[in-house]
Amino acid sequence: MDNTKDLVKQDNQNTPTAPPLIPPVDVTEDDSGITLLADLPGATRETLSIDVNGDTLTLEASLGLEQPQGLQPVYAEIRSARYRRSFTLSRELDSAHIDATLKDGVLSLRVPKLEQAKPRRIQVRAS
Amino acid sequence: MYPSLLRVPGDWFADFDELHRQMERLLGPPGQVSSIRAVQRGTFPAVNIGLTPDAVEIYAFAPGIDASSLDVSVDKGLLTIAGRREAKPREKGAKVNVYASERVHGEFRRVLSLPEDADPDKVEASYRNGIVHIHILKREASKPRRIAIKDSQ
Repeated sequence: MDNTKDLVKQDNQNTPTAPPLIPPVDVTEDDSGITLLADLPGATRETLSIDVNGDTLTLEASLGLEQPQGLQPVYAEIRSARYRRSFTLSRELDSAHIDATLKDGVLSLRVPKLEQAKPRRIQVRAS
Repeated sequence: MYPSLLRVPGDWFADFDELHRQMERLLGPPGQVSSIRAVQRGTFPAVNIGLTPDAVEIYAFAPGIDASSLDVSVDKGLLTIAGRREAKPREKGAKVNVYASERVHGEFRRVLSLPEDADPDKVEASYRNGIVHIHILKREASKPRRIAIKDSQ
Protein backbone atom coordinates (compact mmCIF):
# COMPACT_ATOMS: atom_id res chain seq x y z
CA MET A 1 0.00 0.00 0.00
CA ASP A 2 1.18 3.42 -0.86
CA ASN A 3 0.83 6.40 1.40
CA THR A 4 1.36 9.01 -1.25
CA LYS A 5 -1.40 11.54 -1.80
CA ASP A 6 -1.49 11.17 -5.55
CA LEU A 7 -2.14 8.03 -7.47
CA VAL A 8 0.96 8.69 -9.46
CA LYS A 9 3.37 11.25 -8.17
CA GLN A 10 3.32 14.40 -10.23
CA ASP A 11 6.50 15.91 -11.60
CA ASN A 12 7.18 18.51 -8.94
CA GLN A 13 6.79 15.93 -6.19
CA ASN A 14 9.11 13.38 -7.63
CA THR A 15 11.39 11.99 -5.02
CA PRO A 16 14.43 9.80 -5.59
CA THR A 17 12.24 6.85 -4.57
CA ALA A 18 10.25 7.18 -7.79
CA PRO A 19 12.70 6.67 -10.63
CA PRO A 20 11.36 7.34 -14.13
CA LEU A 21 9.54 4.51 -15.84
CA ILE A 22 11.43 2.74 -18.61
CA PRO A 23 8.98 2.37 -21.47
CA PRO A 24 9.01 -0.96 -23.33
CA VAL A 25 10.03 -0.60 -26.97
CA ASP A 26 10.06 -2.48 -30.25
CA VAL A 27 13.00 -1.63 -32.50
CA THR A 28 13.22 -2.84 -36.08
CA GLU A 29 15.49 -1.95 -38.95
CA ASP A 30 14.96 -2.15 -42.66
CA ASP A 31 16.96 -0.92 -45.64
CA SER A 32 15.89 2.70 -45.29
CA GLY A 33 15.95 3.24 -41.55
CA ILE A 34 15.06 2.24 -38.02
CA THR A 35 11.56 2.17 -36.57
CA LEU A 36 11.02 2.46 -32.84
CA LEU A 37 7.68 1.94 -31.10
CA ALA A 38 7.42 2.89 -27.43
CA ASP A 39 4.54 2.45 -24.98
CA LEU A 40 3.94 5.75 -23.22
CA PRO A 41 0.41 5.63 -21.81
CA GLY A 42 -0.72 9.02 -20.54
CA ALA A 43 1.79 10.96 -22.61
CA THR A 44 0.56 13.79 -24.80
CA ARG A 45 2.22 15.73 -27.60
CA GLU A 46 2.81 18.59 -25.19
CA THR A 47 4.56 16.51 -22.53
CA LEU A 48 6.61 14.33 -24.85
CA SER A 49 10.12 15.40 -25.72
CA ILE A 50 12.49 13.70 -28.11
CA ASP A 51 16.05 15.01 -27.97
CA VAL A 52 19.09 14.13 -29.98
CA ASN A 53 22.33 15.18 -28.33
CA GLY A 54 25.39 14.05 -30.21
CA ASP A 55 24.58 10.43 -30.93
CA THR A 56 22.20 9.96 -27.99
CA LEU A 57 18.48 9.90 -28.56
CA THR A 58 16.47 10.55 -25.39
CA LEU A 59 12.74 10.10 -25.01
CA GLU A 60 11.09 11.85 -22.10
CA ALA A 61 7.42 12.17 -21.29
CA SER A 62 5.19 12.68 -18.35
CA LEU A 63 2.16 10.67 -17.47
CA GLY A 64 -0.96 12.74 -17.06
CA LEU A 65 -3.91 11.27 -15.20
CA GLU A 66 -7.25 12.97 -14.78
CA GLN A 67 -7.62 12.56 -11.06
CA PRO A 68 -10.69 13.70 -9.19
CA GLN A 69 -10.30 15.73 -6.02
CA GLY A 70 -9.70 13.78 -2.85
CA LEU A 71 -8.49 10.60 -4.52
CA GLN A 72 -6.84 8.19 -2.09
CA PRO A 73 -4.60 5.61 -3.74
CA VAL A 74 -5.24 2.05 -2.63
CA TYR A 75 -3.17 0.11 -5.15
CA ALA A 76 -0.57 1.30 -7.63
CA GLU A 77 1.54 -0.58 -10.13
CA ILE A 78 2.66 2.61 -11.86
CA ARG A 79 4.43 4.70 -9.24
CA SER A 80 6.13 7.36 -11.25
CA ALA A 81 4.73 10.05 -13.50
CA ARG A 82 7.75 10.28 -15.78
CA TYR A 83 9.12 8.20 -18.61
CA ARG A 84 12.69 8.30 -19.72
CA ARG A 85 14.78 6.14 -22.00
CA SER A 86 17.88 6.81 -24.07
CA PHE A 87 19.39 5.11 -27.07
CA THR A 88 22.65 5.59 -28.90
CA LEU A 89 22.35 6.18 -32.61
CA SER A 90 24.99 5.20 -35.07
CA ARG A 91 26.52 7.48 -37.65
CA GLU A 92 24.73 6.14 -40.69
CA LEU A 93 21.43 7.33 -39.19
CA ASP A 94 20.08 10.72 -40.15
CA SER A 95 19.11 12.26 -36.81
CA ALA A 96 18.05 15.50 -38.49
CA HIS A 97 15.09 13.82 -40.19
CA ILE A 98 13.49 11.87 -37.38
CA ASP A 99 9.76 11.55 -37.79
CA ALA A 100 7.58 10.95 -34.72
CA THR A 101 3.89 10.35 -34.18
CA LEU A 102 2.01 9.70 -30.95
CA LYS A 103 -1.29 7.90 -30.97
CA ASP A 104 -3.20 6.36 -28.05
CA GLY A 105 -0.08 6.43 -25.91
CA VAL A 106 2.18 4.72 -28.46
CA LEU A 107 5.09 6.68 -29.87
CA SER A 108 6.21 5.68 -33.31
CA LEU A 109 9.58 7.00 -34.32
CA ARG A 110 11.28 6.66 -37.67
CA VAL A 111 14.99 7.36 -38.00
CA PRO A 112 16.00 7.30 -41.67
CA LYS A 113 19.43 6.33 -42.88
CA LEU A 114 21.64 8.86 -44.59
CA GLU A 115 21.48 8.72 -48.38
CA GLN A 116 25.05 7.50 -48.73
CA ALA A 117 24.45 4.76 -46.18
CA LYS A 118 21.58 3.16 -48.09
CA PRO A 119 22.40 -0.17 -49.64
CA ARG A 120 24.12 -0.23 -52.99
CA ARG A 121 24.95 -3.16 -55.02
CA ILE A 122 28.63 -3.21 -55.76
CA GLN A 123 29.40 -4.05 -59.36
CA VAL A 124 32.20 -6.46 -59.84
CA ARG A 125 34.16 -5.58 -62.92
CA ALA A 126 35.82 -8.12 -65.06
CA SER A 127 39.51 -7.41 -65.12
CA MET B 1 35.70 1.98 -35.37
CA TYR B 2 34.01 2.38 -31.96
CA PRO B 3 34.36 5.59 -29.96
CA SER B 4 35.41 3.69 -26.89
CA LEU B 5 35.84 0.13 -25.75
CA LEU B 6 32.82 0.59 -23.53
CA ARG B 7 30.55 0.94 -26.51
CA VAL B 8 30.68 -2.51 -27.91
CA PRO B 9 28.22 -3.63 -30.56
CA GLY B 10 25.16 -5.22 -29.01
CA ASP B 11 25.31 -2.70 -26.17
CA TRP B 12 25.49 -4.66 -22.97
CA PHE B 13 24.26 -1.69 -20.99
CA ALA B 14 20.91 -2.43 -22.54
CA ASP B 15 21.24 -5.95 -21.14
CA PHE B 16 21.84 -4.49 -17.69
CA ASP B 17 18.56 -2.60 -17.93
CA GLU B 18 16.80 -5.81 -18.77
CA LEU B 19 18.49 -7.67 -15.90
CA HIS B 20 17.49 -4.93 -13.50
CA ARG B 21 13.90 -5.16 -14.67
CA GLN B 22 13.83 -8.94 -14.27
CA MET B 23 15.22 -8.67 -10.73
CA GLU B 24 12.52 -6.18 -9.84
CA ARG B 25 9.89 -8.44 -11.28
CA LEU B 26 11.04 -11.51 -9.38
CA LEU B 27 11.98 -9.98 -6.06
CA GLY B 28 8.97 -8.22 -4.69
CA PRO B 29 8.99 -6.87 -1.15
CA PRO B 30 9.83 -9.88 1.07
CA GLY B 31 7.54 -11.17 3.79
CA GLN B 32 4.50 -9.40 2.46
CA VAL B 33 1.14 -11.12 2.31
CA SER B 34 -0.16 -10.81 -1.22
CA SER B 35 -3.64 -10.96 -2.69
CA ILE B 36 -4.71 -14.24 -4.26
CA ARG B 37 -5.18 -12.28 -7.49
CA ALA B 38 -1.76 -10.66 -7.24
CA VAL B 39 0.11 -10.64 -10.52
CA GLN B 40 3.75 -10.51 -11.49
CA ARG B 41 5.10 -7.05 -11.96
CA GLY B 42 5.01 -6.00 -15.56
CA THR B 43 1.70 -7.70 -16.29
CA PHE B 44 -0.16 -5.96 -19.09
CA PRO B 45 -2.01 -3.70 -18.57
CA ALA B 46 -0.66 -2.14 -15.38
CA VAL B 47 -3.40 -0.93 -13.06
CA ASN B 48 -3.71 1.82 -10.46
CA ILE B 49 -6.72 2.04 -8.16
CA GLY B 50 -7.88 4.95 -6.06
CA LEU B 51 -10.90 5.77 -3.94
CA THR B 52 -12.83 8.97 -3.47
CA PRO B 53 -15.70 9.37 -0.97
CA ASP B 54 -18.24 8.48 -3.65
CA ALA B 55 -16.45 6.50 -6.33
CA VAL B 56 -13.81 3.92 -7.17
CA GLU B 57 -11.38 5.08 -9.86
CA ILE B 58 -9.44 2.49 -11.82
CA TYR B 59 -6.78 3.33 -14.37
CA ALA B 60 -5.47 0.64 -16.72
CA PHE B 61 -2.37 1.58 -18.72
CA ALA B 62 -3.07 -0.02 -22.08
CA PRO B 63 -1.58 2.02 -24.93
CA GLY B 64 -2.19 1.40 -28.60
CA ILE B 65 -5.54 -0.33 -28.42
CA ASP B 66 -8.56 0.16 -30.59
CA ALA B 67 -11.22 1.32 -28.11
CA SER B 68 -13.82 -0.86 -29.84
CA SER B 69 -11.84 -4.01 -29.03
CA LEU B 70 -11.83 -3.22 -25.31
CA ASP B 71 -14.16 -5.24 -23.17
CA VAL B 72 -14.85 -3.94 -19.66
CA SER B 73 -17.37 -5.89 -17.58
CA VAL B 74 -18.43 -6.24 -13.96
CA ASP B 75 -19.71 -9.55 -12.64
CA LYS B 76 -20.07 -10.75 -9.05
CA GLY B 77 -17.92 -7.96 -7.71
CA LEU B 78 -15.14 -8.63 -10.21
CA LEU B 79 -14.07 -6.17 -12.84
CA THR B 80 -12.66 -7.64 -16.03
CA ILE B 81 -10.64 -5.65 -18.54
CA ALA B 82 -9.95 -7.59 -21.70
CA GLY B 83 -8.86 -6.72 -25.19
CA ARG B 84 -6.41 -7.33 -27.92
CA ARG B 85 -3.41 -5.44 -29.14
CA GLU B 86 -2.51 -6.06 -32.73
CA ALA B 87 1.09 -6.31 -33.77
CA LYS B 88 1.96 -4.13 -36.74
CA PRO B 89 1.88 -6.42 -39.74
CA ARG B 90 5.21 -6.79 -41.41
CA GLU B 91 5.53 -6.41 -45.13
CA LYS B 92 6.24 -9.69 -46.76
CA GLY B 93 9.63 -10.07 -48.29
CA ALA B 94 10.99 -6.96 -46.56
CA LYS B 95 14.39 -7.42 -45.02
CA VAL B 96 13.74 -6.49 -41.42
CA ASN B 97 16.01 -6.87 -38.42
CA VAL B 98 14.38 -6.99 -35.02
CA TYR B 99 16.48 -5.56 -32.19
CA ALA B 100 13.96 -5.18 -29.41
CA SER B 101 10.52 -6.67 -28.99
CA GLU B 102 9.48 -5.76 -25.47
CA ARG B 103 5.95 -4.60 -26.10
CA VAL B 104 3.09 -6.95 -25.35
CA HIS B 105 0.94 -8.14 -28.25
CA GLY B 106 -2.14 -10.24 -28.56
CA GLU B 107 -4.94 -10.95 -26.12
CA PHE B 108 -4.85 -9.63 -22.60
CA ARG B 109 -7.19 -9.92 -19.67
CA ARG B 110 -7.09 -8.65 -16.13
CA VAL B 111 -9.53 -9.32 -13.33
CA LEU B 112 -9.74 -7.11 -10.25
CA SER B 113 -11.93 -7.53 -7.22
CA LEU B 114 -13.94 -4.43 -6.45
CA PRO B 115 -14.66 -3.07 -2.99
CA GLU B 116 -17.98 -4.32 -1.62
CA ASP B 117 -19.61 -0.92 -1.80
CA ALA B 118 -18.98 -0.47 -5.55
CA ASP B 119 -22.22 -0.29 -7.53
CA PRO B 120 -22.05 -2.60 -10.59
CA ASP B 121 -24.84 -0.63 -12.26
CA LYS B 122 -22.94 2.63 -12.25
CA VAL B 123 -19.80 2.00 -14.23
CA GLU B 124 -18.36 4.35 -16.81
CA ALA B 125 -15.27 3.66 -18.88
CA SER B 126 -13.33 5.94 -21.16
CA TYR B 127 -10.15 5.54 -23.21
CA ARG B 128 -7.76 8.42 -23.66
CA ASN B 129 -4.05 8.67 -24.44
CA GLY B 130 -3.65 4.96 -23.90
CA ILE B 131 -5.27 4.87 -20.47
CA VAL B 132 -8.55 3.12 -19.72
CA HIS B 133 -10.25 5.05 -16.95
CA ILE B 134 -13.05 3.19 -15.18
CA HIS B 135 -15.22 5.18 -12.84
CA ILE B 136 -17.50 3.16 -10.55
CA LEU B 137 -19.86 4.93 -8.19
CA LYS B 138 -20.29 3.62 -4.68
CA ARG B 139 -23.71 2.54 -3.49
CA GLU B 140 -25.78 5.37 -2.06
CA ALA B 141 -26.06 3.63 1.29
CA SER B 142 -22.30 3.46 1.77
CA LYS B 143 -21.53 7.10 0.99
CA PRO B 144 -20.44 9.20 3.91
CA ARG B 145 -23.33 11.13 5.38
CA ARG B 146 -23.66 13.81 7.89
CA ILE B 147 -26.09 12.90 10.63
CA ALA B 148 -28.29 15.75 11.69
CA ILE B 149 -28.64 16.06 15.44
CA LYS B 150 -32.20 16.60 16.42
CA ASP B 151 -33.17 19.07 19.00
CA SER B 152 -34.48 17.16 22.01
CA GLN B 153 -36.94 19.82 23.04
